[in-house]
Amino acid sequence: MAATETPAGPRDPAWEARYHGASLAIMVVAFGAAPFFMYPQFAMQLLCFALFACAFNLLIGFGGLLSFGHAMFFGMGSYLAAHAAKVWGMPVELAILTGAATSTILGVFTGLLAIRRQGIYFAMITLALAQMAYFFCLQARFTGGEDGIQSVPRGKLLGMVDLNQPFAMYYFVFAVFLAAFLLIHRIVHSPFGQVLKAIRENEPRAISLGYRTDRYKLAAFVLSAALAGLAGSLKAIVAQNASLTDVYWAMSGEVVLMTLLGGMGTIFGPVVGAVVIIAMQFYLADLGAWVTIAQGIIFVVCVLSFRRGIVGEIEAWLRNRRK
Amino acid sequence: MNFKLKTLAAAAAMAFAAAGAQAQISGNVVKIGVLNDQSSLYADLGGLGSVIAAKMAIEDFKAKEKGLNVEVVTADHQNKADVGSQIASKWIDAEGVDVIVDVPNSGVALAVNQVVRDKGKVFINSGAASSDLTGAKCSPNTVHWTYDTWMLANGTGSAIVKRGGDTWFFLTADYAFGQALERDTEAVVLKSGGKVLGKVRVPINTQDFSSFLLQAQASKAKIVGLANAGGDTINSIKQASEFGIVKGGQNLAGLLVFLTDVHGLGLEKAQGLILTNTFYWDLNDKTRAWSKRFGAANGGKMPTMVQAGVYAGVLHYLKAVAALKSDDGAKVVAKMKEMPTDDALFGKGSIRADGRTIHPAYLVEVKKPSESKGPYDYYKVLATIPADQAFRPLADGGCEFVKK
Amino acid sequence: MSTQALFGQLLIGLINGSFYALLSLGLAVIFGLLNIINFTHGAQYMLGAFAAYFLMQRWGLGYWWALVVAPIAVGFTGIVVDRLLLSRLKKVGKLDQVYGLALAAGLWFMIDRAFAGHPEWLVIVPLALWVLLTVSDRWAPPKPDEPDHLYGLLLTFGLALIIEGAFRSQFGSAGLPYSMPEQLTGVTNLGFMFLPIYRGWVIVASLAICFGTWFLIERTKLGAYLRAATENPQLVQAFGINVPRMITLTYGFGVGLAALAGVFAAPIYQVSPQMGSSLIIVVFAVVVIGGMGSIMGSIVTGFGLGILEGLTKYFYPEASNTVIFVVMAIVLMIRPQGLFGQR
Repeated sequence: MAATETPAGPRDPAWEARYHGASLAIMVVAFGAAPFFMYPQFAMQLLCFALFACAFNLLIGFGGLLSFGHAMFFGMGSYLAAHAAKVWGMPVELAILTGAATSTILGVFTGLLAIRRQGIYFAMITLALAQMAYFFCLQARFTGGEDGIQSVPRGKLLGMVDLNQPFAMYYFVFAVFLAAFLLIHRIVHSPFGQVLKAIRENEPRAISLGYRTDRYKLAAFVLSAALAGLAGSLKAIVAQNASLTDVYWAMSGEVVLMTLLGGMGTIFGPVVGAVVIIAMQFYLADLGAWVTIAQGIIFVVCVLSFRRGIVGEIEAWLRNRRK
Repeated sequence: MNFKLKTLAAAAAMAFAAAGAQAQISGNVVKIGVLNDQSSLYADLGGLGSVIAAKMAIEDFKAKEKGLNVEVVTADHQNKADVGSQIASKWIDAEGVDVIVDVPNSGVALAVNQVVRDKGKVFINSGAASSDLTGAKCSPNTVHWTYDTWMLANGTGSAIVKRGGDTWFFLTADYAFGQALERDTEAVVLKSGGKVLGKVRVPINTQDFSSFLLQAQASKAKIVGLANAGGDTINSIKQASEFGIVKGGQNLAGLLVFLTDVHGLGLEKAQGLILTNTFYWDLNDKTRAWSKRFGAANGGKMPTMVQAGVYAGVLHYLKAVAALKSDDGAKVVAKMKEMPTDDALFGKGSIRADGRTIHPAYLVEVKKPSESKGPYDYYKVLATIPADQAFRPLADGGCEFVKK
Repeated sequence: MSTQALFGQLLIGLINGSFYALLSLGLAVIFGLLNIINFTHGAQYMLGAFAAYFLMQRWGLGYWWALVVAPIAVGFTGIVVDRLLLSRLKKVGKLDQVYGLALAAGLWFMIDRAFAGHPEWLVIVPLALWVLLTVSDRWAPPKPDEPDHLYGLLLTFGLALIIEGAFRSQFGSAGLPYSMPEQLTGVTNLGFMFLPIYRGWVIVASLAICFGTWFLIERTKLGAYLRAATENPQLVQAFGINVPRMITLTYGFGVGLAALAGVFAAPIYQVSPQMGSSLIIVVFAVVVIGGMGSIMGSIVTGFGLGILEGLTKYFYPEASNTVIFVVMAIVLMIRPQGLFGQR
């Protein structure tokens, strides 16, 4: 998308590296210390949604594809992980993998359909497919309908670490988040990521250069779906439940909002966006309907005046200052 | 003089009571958390009205005079199980909340049920329909007031068959909740000697019910049972009136209908609908007096049974806390079960070992516009289902700590 | 199943089709000129139904008045939305960020005041924002910008959240009563089925509106300007036609169509804040199936899919809410540009 283009002008690789390094350090320290300052359960939830937003950002920020149906990957991952842990009695790491694998497979099928159109159509198609997934979850027996899957056991990590300890659970989630985050960072800066960006900027030119753009787009879509599924699976274990809200279209909208607010196409933006939005839902819970209204207002104002998002604006300001 | 002495004595007694209470009541306050949906689907039937109801209970209990320091906190769970369980944990861990009330939406309620049990506090549910709260997922820390799916199905089914509505056609929302309602109702209809002539499973969030209503009409069943909720119920009733189902001699039975739904439909559309409620504002002088106060505080909106249940639940909870002089979760719930319930809204009743509150239920019919004397004059009571028959028998619930 | 019942189901399917057609037509008209997929469409459909309710409640104006007044009133709010929000998407000004902050504060304040029983702020705040825009544009003229289409989708999505959130908080979710006009109550015997008169009326009226719109756009001079502006706005502007105004009015018109559908829905469907949100997703699928290339295409697809859904309700009711999505998947595999779309 247009506004995610980085400002023109020569880039200083050394500065970029320092900037990324510093941001990463801040993030690691902040999340590393988080459970000492806030409610660990809440901090874990933040990490799950931050991962979800990062997965989403991989698609929109670097592939230029706006999916309005990412809740289906998040929710399906969540349901399958919960079901695997609770009913099949799988150990926690396998349950999470099951959830992520389910979303990956779902991502392949929906991706094959959705990438046949671009732009707005892509958004509408993903939204419609996600609605179908929602109806499926509503009616399927294993999801428990409105009751959801409750009391999902956390169990022991690798049979050793008791995850019912909030701190153990927190650092487990943090480790998974960090690994996934670094993976995304790596993907974005790999040749694959460069091709994706090229497709985003000008697809016909990428085709003329001999790239089979459909394959790249599908790969990005599936990767994004898999990571969203991973986030959903983690959340099922963290919250110890999986419910219909995770697959509902409003969740797809929320992840778009997180990414937009934080900064599409920036590495750290989605994390910041997720923290702000989830904190808003949690700390402003006594405001009732105002939460939705505030989210809507943020959407409108971001699109009109702050398309770079929080992190994008900060980055732009830092770069300007250096000139 | 005499008077002055009395007040002095009372004040002294109160001071002692307060001192006594301080010793055992955590943080010196009893904190009530009203956790419900304040912005979405269930906001009307609970929402801020439930907060008003909780505050009225504190007022009527005369907490201050009895030396109990009671506070109310409130939050919107946004119908998200994770948000709900997090708020519950935060309330209990960081803010010293002793009891969580209301919590509509079965998914959220079951999640909160678990949290409250793990942390040893009290959960008084009024808003959720799931009968699992006192069955498979029952907890020694949970009390379920007002209604549940079993009671709705059973009450409506048996009472209607008794009144001659012995042939049924079901319009069922095609998901767990709708299917459970249909299954339970069908069982009781058959048991009472009725017949089920047909059923159709309708996807949830269907806008247009006409095809299904035509089938219901063609079945010639006396009763069309609506095993759905919320917007689906409203749409099906609205369109049934359009197709002249009630005028054609069939009756609609709503298996989960709240006063707010009838209000939203208007009598013209809803007339003739039969449903089960455990509370209606116009039952007797006591309910009328209470509801008038409630209405004045709630912008003229009359209370739903969920809001009434919040009031009664909080009142009974405070009585138990005062009697026990402690707000220890499991002990208070045990005390609540030991003491008979008695309030202006549900009358005398009791709380069973599985946490189910037992009180009578009422089969009501929605009035014709010509019969209604004003706003919220909606129901006429057809039959009273006695408390001992209204709810699922203790032994059938499968609650783990109920002795077989 | 008898042929009689089949006819009945077909006719009933046309009802659903009427709503799909009216809504997807509005989306197509807006998309044609603004290049925006209007996510607020569902909320505006809801506004139409609520407008009908207010007219009845406040001023005692019944259904027939609502049919005329509600679309115009909601269409006018669409014009305001276009002036204050959508048109700003295509411009970049120095003061954009100031405007953004003013907008956030203004919207918040406006909704808060309106909740507190001061509806006059619903007029004052937009007026103030408009003045702010005019002044700042004079002072620092904005440059045209060509943003991604997706921003239009995101902006209208946010707007839908605001409108729905505000209405939910004010009117709850159980809905509001709205009665049927007396002239249209009752059922008529068609020989093969009993058709409620109101349904017959909706089918006839929406067919008339759909074809009227088609005629307006495809066969009149005004429509010719519109289509020309879709192809090449600069050129049309050079011919002395005020293209921005045309765009604004087109948005108002499309929104008015949604509101009209809302008025049609009020007597038979639940009038509640969330009535539009699930419908709009289905309508999006309808739009994907038809492709947004042509006006006639969206009308035909709307009615066609309505009938298909009606039949599914009879033969296999469990699938009736997913059938349109399945058709969408099939169409995407065979003809990705949609039945009536051009590559």
